Amino acid sequence: MGAHHDDLHDAAEPHGRALRLGIGGPVGSGKTALVAALCRSLGPSLRLGVVTNDIYTTEDADFLRRAGVIDPERILAVQTGCCPHTAIRDDIAANLDAVETLEERFGPLDLVIVESGGDNLTATFSRGLADRQIFVLDVSGGDKVPRKGGPGVTSADLLVVNKTDLAPMVGADLTVMSRDAAAVRDGKPVLFTSIREDKGAHTVAEWVTRMVDAWRREHGEPHRHALPNAAQQAPAS
Amino acid sequence: MDGDAALLLLSDSRLPAGGHAHSGGVEEAVRLGEVTGTGDLARFLRGRLATAGLVTAALAAAACELAAADRELGAGLDPGAPPENGAADGVPLWRRLDAEADARTASPAQREAARTQGRLLLRTARRMWPSAALDTLARAVPEGPHHPVALGAVAASAGCTPRQAALAAAYTSVTGPATAAVRLLGLDPVTVHRLLADLAPALGDTARAACASLDDAVPADGEPDECRAEEHPGRQPGRHAAWRARWRALPGHSAPALDLLAEGHLTNPMKLFVS
Repeated sequence: MGAHHDDLHDAAEPHGRALRLGIGGPVGSGKTALVAALCRSLGPSLRLGVVTNDIYTTEDADFLRRAGVIDPERILAVQTGCCPHTAIRDDIAANLDAVETLEERFGPLDLVIVESGGDNLTATFSRGLADRQIFVLDVSGGDKVPRKGGPGVTSADLLVVNKTDLAPMVGADLTVMSRDAAAVRDGKPVLFTSIREDKGAHTVAEWVTRMVDAWRREHGEPHRHALPNAAQQAPAS
Repeated sequence: MDGDAALLLLSDSRLPAGGHAHSGGVEEAVRLGEVTGTGDLARFLRGRLATAGLVTAALAAAACELAAADRELGAGLDPGAPPENGAADGVPLWRRLDAEADARTASPAQREAARTQGRLLLRTARRMWPSAALDTLARAVPEGPHHPVALGAVAASAGCTPRQAALAAAYTSVTGPATAAVRLLGLDPVTVHRLLADLAPALGDTARAACASLDDAVPADGEPDECRAEEHPGRQPGRHAAWRARWRALPGHSAPALDLLAEGHLTNPMKLFVS
């Protein structure tokens, strides 16, 4: 695509690039733990990059680096100036810059995970940033949360309800959560996890693998190519 | 395109170009207890406008002129023409103007923040207002041009004049920090907007002073009239030297306190803003 091309795509040209997966959800629901779990499960088979959006600087990025589940250089942290939802929805420039920096440095990549800063039930990813998105809830927020809906719960490609091991302790009824989520999600999948017990979040990893495979079938094998931010007019040879 | 309307779009805080995550030193000033309320904030904003604001406004005006010149040079050329026919001609000039911005930004942390903002603005603007000048600038400074340089080039691509570019730079030099203070200190947003309203005349003065600094540098046989795109030296032998002469009187007001705040900000492990 060149400067004079009418480029009105939602996201950067999807052909031959990594699937961009957004992971959002409230504070403490287990987003970073899920990212670490996915890195553990998918790292051996997929070329990965991770972008974090912390409220306080590099907390989540540091957690992932310490967890040793991915080459620390493949994690970039974006700061969001008190507004984590702005950085993933209204003004995605810094996140796109981070995603493309990873692709430029380590590409081709198969999957770039963008983890949002902890936010509220209305925070979803712009389609200009994430090709697919997962919304993570946990049972300790109460079993009414899926019924309350909100764009994260209703529209995410996958809803993950985490910390099922805590359900008996907080009096959360997983059947209720499952039924309510199904009612507001129009058939889109819901998975229940306890990442503390299943360190690879295997059911989620399987879903992500299917998404990456489908993406690759549709848009071709990821390869290195000119990035939107780089010079676009190659010298005539 | 109507430059006035484009100016509104360009200076709107909703422009998706990453500006929302920069506090312009306010976060560090709040952390140190230097800015605690609207009184301190008013002084901070006035000082920022008189120093960084004026310098960035002048750089933005200069960049706007240069981009407009690139556009005129490129008119009538085949867009796919080899770089030596016009557009790429601008590469060394853009690098030079970016170096002028570097030379006026003492703090490495501020240079880094300015380049990050410039890169993000350019990324966004190349989809909003595609132009050969923006492509040339991206090629000239791939790591990201200084924000005012990018802002001026974008302003030209959007149809703004150098004075409008300067006004946008002056405006964003105070509105970003003001918004950050509202978020960080929980200040009454209306009181803070009153501060900005009080600064409005100073914003206009800053834009005018920024343009005057360019005109002051035109050699005596030039026509140092108004800050207008038509009056730059254009393409001719010695074009490079002519532009450099034009940039000779760009202001270089330093603000050591802002430099120190920018450097201190980087060491804060709990920071919320990029800068």
